[in-house]
Amino acid sequence: MPTFQLKINGESHTIEAEGDTPLLWVLRDQIDLVGTKYGCGIGQCGACTVHVDGEATRSCLQPVSQLAGKAITTIEGLSEYGTHPVQEAWKDVDVPQCGYCQSGQIMTASAFLNENANPSKSEIRDAMHGNICRCASYNSIEKAVEVAASKLS
Amino acid sequence: MQTSKTIKFSRRSFLQTSSLASGGMLIGFNLFTACKADIKPPEDLSLLNYNDFNAFIKISNEGKVTIFSPNPEIGQGVKTSMPMLIAEELDVAWKDVHVVQGALDAKNYTRQVAGGSQSLRHGWLPLRQTGATARQMLINAAAAQWGILPSECSTKEGIISNANGDTLGYGDVVIAAAALPVPEDAKLKDPKTFSIIGKDISNVDIDEIVTGKSLFGLDYKQEGMQYVSVLRPPAFGQVLVSYDDTATKAIAGVNDVIKFGNKIAVLANNTWTAMKGKKALIAEWNQETKAESTVFHDETLLGLLDSKSFETLRKDGDVKKAFADADQVLERTYETPFLPHNCMEPMNFFANVTTNKIELVGPIQTPAWTSSRVAELLGRPESEITLQMTRMGGGFGRRLYGDFALEAAEVSHLAKSPVKVVFSREDDMTDGIYRPAIKYRIAASIKDGKLTGYHLKEAAINGNMYGLIPNFFPAGAIENYQVDVANYKSNITTGAWRAPYTNVLASAEQSFFDELSELMGVDRIQLHLDLLQKVKGTTDDRIQYSPERLEGVIKMAVDKSGWGKSAEGVYQGFAVYYCHNTHVAEVADIVMDNGIPVVKKVTCVVDCGVVVNPLGAKNQVVGGVIDGIGHSMYGELTFKDGKPESNNYNTYQLIRMGQTPQVDVHFVESDLAPTGLGEPTLPPVGGAVANAIYAATGKRLTKQPYMKNLNIEALKG
Repeated sequence: MPTFQLKINGESHTIEAEGDTPLLWVLRDQIDLVGTKYGCGIGQCGACTVHVDGEATRSCLQPVSQLAGKAITTIEGLSEYGTHPVQEAWKDVDVPQCGYCQSGQIMTASAFLNENANPSKSEIRDAMHGNICRCASYNSIEKAVEVAASKLS
Repeated sequence: MQTSKTIKFSRRSFLQTSSLASGGMLIGFNLFTACKADIKPPEDLSLLNYNDFNAFIKISNEGKVTIFSPNPEIGQGVKTSMPMLIAEELDVAWKDVHVVQGALDAKNYTRQVAGGSQSLRHGWLPLRQTGATARQMLINAAAAQWGILPSECSTKEGIISNANGDTLGYGDVVIAAAALPVPEDAKLKDPKTFSIIGKDISNVDIDEIVTGKSLFGLDYKQEGMQYVSVLRPPAFGQVLVSYDDTATKAIAGVNDVIKFGNKIAVLANNTWTAMKGKKALIAEWNQETKAESTVFHDETLLGLLDSKSFETLRKDGDVKKAFADADQVLERTYETPFLPHNCMEPMNFFANVTTNKIELVGPIQTPAWTSSRVAELLGRPESEITLQMTRMGGGFGRRLYGDFALEAAEVSHLAKSPVKVVFSREDDMTDGIYRPAIKYRIAASIKDGKLTGYHLKEAAINGNMYGLIPNFFPAGAIENYQVDVANYKSNITTGAWRAPYTNVLASAEQSFFDELSELMGVDRIQLHLDLLQKVKGTTDDRIQYSPERLEGVIKMAVDKSGWGKSAEGVYQGFAVYYCHNTHVAEVADIVMDNGIPVVKKVTCVVDCGVVVNPLGAKNQVVGGVIDGIGHSMYGELTFKDGKPESNNYNTYQLIRMGQTPQVDVHFVESDLAPTGLGEPTLPPVGGAVANAIYAATGKRLTKQPYMKNLNIEALKG
């Protein structure tokens, strides 16, 4: 089976997998980074969002063979102690209900705020539109992104 | 509610104590039953047994409190709110409380279903009594040490004090307290003095959630575990004839292919390989029972509504005569499709079946029922089964059904290996236990400007309504009233879906009342208030709702929403409903954007008794409202030749942030026992939205999903 070198959360990993294996399943099943969630497998729900070279990316659509040399950040690596401003905002607002989609929401929000630290309400709504929350915690997510933006600025 | 009361227990108390070998005191308690005679909590935390007690409280030598409970968390917040009740009466600071979800090894566990929004309602008094009794034991120990009466002691945030100014921390007296008899009278606090109940408390798992820790069933793994993807019949009514697994077995990482019953399991080293292996299977299926389609369901249900094959669930007066004598009759038919649950965490379960024990781990709302079914399936005694519940990535009713756990157990048994069955999203959506398609026909008779008769007929796939629902509003308010049900037995599996039985009924009835008030020429709100007036003081004890509490939420919703005073271009729709013991009124504000109705705001007024955790409660209310809007506007699963026509989010629309209104939540101040919140705000909102769309467009929507059945092209200016 082929092997791949991946840089995940600043650490180097040698992965043995078929080249078409999505990053999502490498993270979850092989490296035990289970914070990245499986929701749909077709890039529609956002639960599997990670950062690849800083950009919010659906890990379910990223074959492991195409990630050489790229810096991958998962929810576990977003901050050392869960104190990234977006994580803090999520705690302040008490966003999660079931909580399953929230790592993906946080990864989308943190990449977005990195690009746009002072977003308008409608920019927030557009940026978060791709992440489904089945518990419909959308009002709280929207508010938490605003809180995070204010922490960042 | 009485402000303070003394509780008396029988000698067979619901609570027992022990000293822990590692230090501190352990309290085992049962929520609804007495403890078994002579059973003490263990002296070692690794031996907690939930057959003996529902839950445990540990108070350490430092006065820190840990609550061990197997009660599952599906997103309703009960893992936070239920311990709040104990901590309040125990009188400790919330920061000193830690909540741990225990493994369940139980057939006797009493409150084993997280569903029906009932957890808090059932736990309200027993959990407070537990906390109060534990507090009294600590006081008794301190009083003995000081040589004074317990009544001369008081507590605050884990510190016991007396009039001399002496203080003892709970941790200082735990060893003595554990050896004392359990007091049979412990005073509950005056709600006015609550310091935890009624305060905003964050979800107890928040730190783990925002850092991506392993919490959910899908995250669980064990050494040597194989991942399993299961091929199930692609259409309802099909059975497996033959299959070819050559291509599957050629995939590196696929370990085994096992047929079980009507399904084929692919076992692999990881989830991706198992899913790939399943896709490579070639199977031949035979349609043994009817391959049903949505067109067929529609015709069948409409046919049932026209037929006489009904069972009458409630009959007051004589609707037939009321309709014969009427000046006017309004009759409408309301239609809703099948819905999948679409929990974000797809169904999954871990099983390890060995010769002398069966280990089950995963997200399940019915652990005891599931354990007994696994025992029966494998012909093993239930005593060999342990079941550990994980956090659940949503439930909405789907995780009441343990089909996925049974699959895991059977595959593990056949493979002689620990396994985790994982549904793909496609499996999850197409192998569902759906909210059935339902049609209602509602008719009302008007005589001399008054509502004289109301006749509700339900036709549902596999049945829907049960006995209590016909006693919801407007039962009791209309002299001639009848509720009839009919059903068609389908091979498509159906079951409970968030706010089962009423999630469709409420929007149908509340749409109907909107049209009825218009026809009668009376104000929409006044029609309800007048009807409720007739129910006040009723002697009919079948009536489930309180007319006073419905009136309360209606009046507050009118006030808070600015009903009738909306800005230019904003259209309002109203709905009110009682279900899951909670009274709710909602006003939807919509605007039209190039022919498309956009819900901008929903005002939601809730009477759920005491609001234990306002932060968590608000989350539930808002979630229920937005979920209800999403499904009434967009949700639909259609069938063709027995197959669901959507299988993932590219063809099935769930509501997303851009379609989401702001929800303005108001709770009625109350000192009545708390009632459910996970469900009751969902049912009426479909009605509120339909009524607002009518106000904006003049079009009455009677068929969900609204966006599909609203001719957007015709509405574009």
